[in-house]
Amino acid sequence: MTNTTETKGYNDRLQEKLSSIFAGGQQKYHEKMKESNKLFVRDRLRLLFDDGEYVEDGRFANVEAGDLPADGVVTAIGKVNGETVCVMANDSTVKAGSWGSRTVEKIIRIQETAEKMQVPMLYLVDSAGARITDQLDMFPNRRGAGRIFHNQVRMSGMVPQVCLLFGPSAAGGAYIPAFCDIVIMVEGNASMYLGSPRMAEKVIGEKVSLEEMGGARMHCTVSGVGDVLVSTEEEAIAEARRYMAYFPSNFAVKPEVLEAKAAVAGRTLEEIIPENQNAPFDMYELIDQLIDEGSFFEIKKLFAGELVTGLARIDGQVVGILANQPKVKGGVLFGDSADKGAKFISLCDAFSIPLLFLADVPGFMIGTKVERAGIIRHGAKFIAAMSSASVPKISVVVRKAYGAGLYAMAGPAFEPDVCIALPTAQIAVMGPEAAVNAVYSNKIEAIEDPKERLKYVQQKHQEYKEEIDIYKLASELIIDEIIAPSELRSVLSTRLGYYATKELPMPYRKHGVFPV
Amino acid sequence: MNELKASMAGTVLNVLVAEGDTVTKGQAVLTLESMKMEIPVEAEKDGKVEKVHVEVGAFVNEEDTLLTLGE
Repeated sequence: MTNTTETKGYNDRLQEKLSSIFAGGQQKYHEKMKESNKLFVRDRLRLLFDDGEYVEDGRFANVEAGDLPADGVVTAIGKVNGETVCVMANDSTVKAGSWGSRTVEKIIRIQETAEKMQVPMLYLVDSAGARITDQLDMFPNRRGAGRIFHNQVRMSGMVPQVCLLFGPSAAGGAYIPAFCDIVIMVEGNASMYLGSPRMAEKVIGEKVSLEEMGGARMHCTVSGVGDVLVSTEEEAIAEARRYMAYFPSNFAVKPEVLEAKAAVAGRTLEEIIPENQNAPFDMYELIDQLIDEGSFFEIKKLFAGELVTGLARIDGQVVGILANQPKVKGGVLFGDSADKGAKFISLCDAFSIPLLFLADVPGFMIGTKVERAGIIRHGAKFIAAMSSASVPKISVVVRKAYGAGLYAMAGPAFEPDVCIALPTAQIAVMGPEAAVNAVYSNKIEAIEDPKERLKYVQQKHQEYKEEIDIYKLASELIIDEIIAPSELRSVLSTRLGYYATKELPMPYRKHGVFPV
Repeated sequence: MNELKASMAGTVLNVLVAEGDTVTKGQAVLTLESMKMEIPVEAEKDGKVEKVHVEVGAFVNEEDTLLTLGE
């Protein structure tokens, strides 16, 4: 059939609608985006997806309104690293990315699609929050905004959920990042808050800047709500793509094993680990010697640095590493580090990523300040998460593992598949100095001659060290193996391979009561 | 001006610099002892030690100022 005037008319109408939708909001808002180094939503999507290709649903949402292209959100299906993913992406050139009823319906639908297809769900957030003028249509109802969060919780641990925060995520909307597995934030532009600074001033009288109250750096260093801080949107998208490579599409699939790579050249473990248990060293240097070069993806790098958490590969096999960092706060565990560890374990366990614990821990912090902050219940979270993880768990005692620190780092009682000790390992309720003090303090004080006193203390230290000698613990089958540090990488690689078929059924019940 | 604060409660094990010394970013300036661990405190920027607020053996709480660095 030739192109009649009528079909040409139809086509023109479609093209006209499409081009106005693809153009997004008004030009002045595009210019504003450019000024703050922000990309237009469709450019973000082109960078995110393999070859920039995607299909879109609900493109014509609110097309009749004329000034609300796609109703301020693009919902799309495309590929990342060759795997199908679903995405919702706010368009902040359209009413500041705010949510109307169709915006919310589109987000709910793409979540439902991700669940049905059992593929990851990505949230590219840049939104001022609810359109208050439309609240009855989008806030309280069964398919209102609350359903987005309900779906996120329902899908948690089923498929990976990733948040890229490019702008504000305000009020109720701030829960989208909170329910994701990981939040990547662009410094200077991304923010999360329940009430804006303007509202804080009006309602509680506080004068504070947005950066201070809910900025990206604050959330990635202080509150711990953010996981990865980046300086540009391009970097955020690259990091999200890199992160996704460690994960299977859903909980029923195992992560992909890639080609093995050697570790980076560097000092040996013997050179890195000081013999003096109390002297600091840099745990990152040790991790580098165990993993494939360039394979570390650190989570919450800037938050609670005394515990390092990150994804890595050992001979191509994905592993989740939790390592005490002696260089920061002596590697002592605090409430924040316990939270960090608990969430990371939960993430890895959900998606069949084996856990590697590298212990060098003096224990949990003591003192009034931490007790008042509830360090016991925070520690309980960490231990509960570690205890209920059913993925392969490898516990390596690098140096000391004292008190509940041993427990948190998957000590022998917590069914690690293996508890390996390096020759420098020291496992005890507490270190020699503290223990001798606790048991013999009366006797020590009773000795008047300082020389005699010192001699007595030194003798007790020696006796204590013999008591907790690592070969004694191996002889008692408390630890499973003592190996030379130089062998650690190859032992880990071999064992990860063997444990890949591990199945650990959990006790029959609805769920445990999680300590929070 | 830049104030170095205690990252956790503990005692001052040693002070490695004196007032008037020039320090570089990342240089260890002081060591805390807490939970029997040595906790190095490093200069967060280049500068001159304006004031040392603590003495060896003193108890410090988290967030207490240890050292002031000037330009």
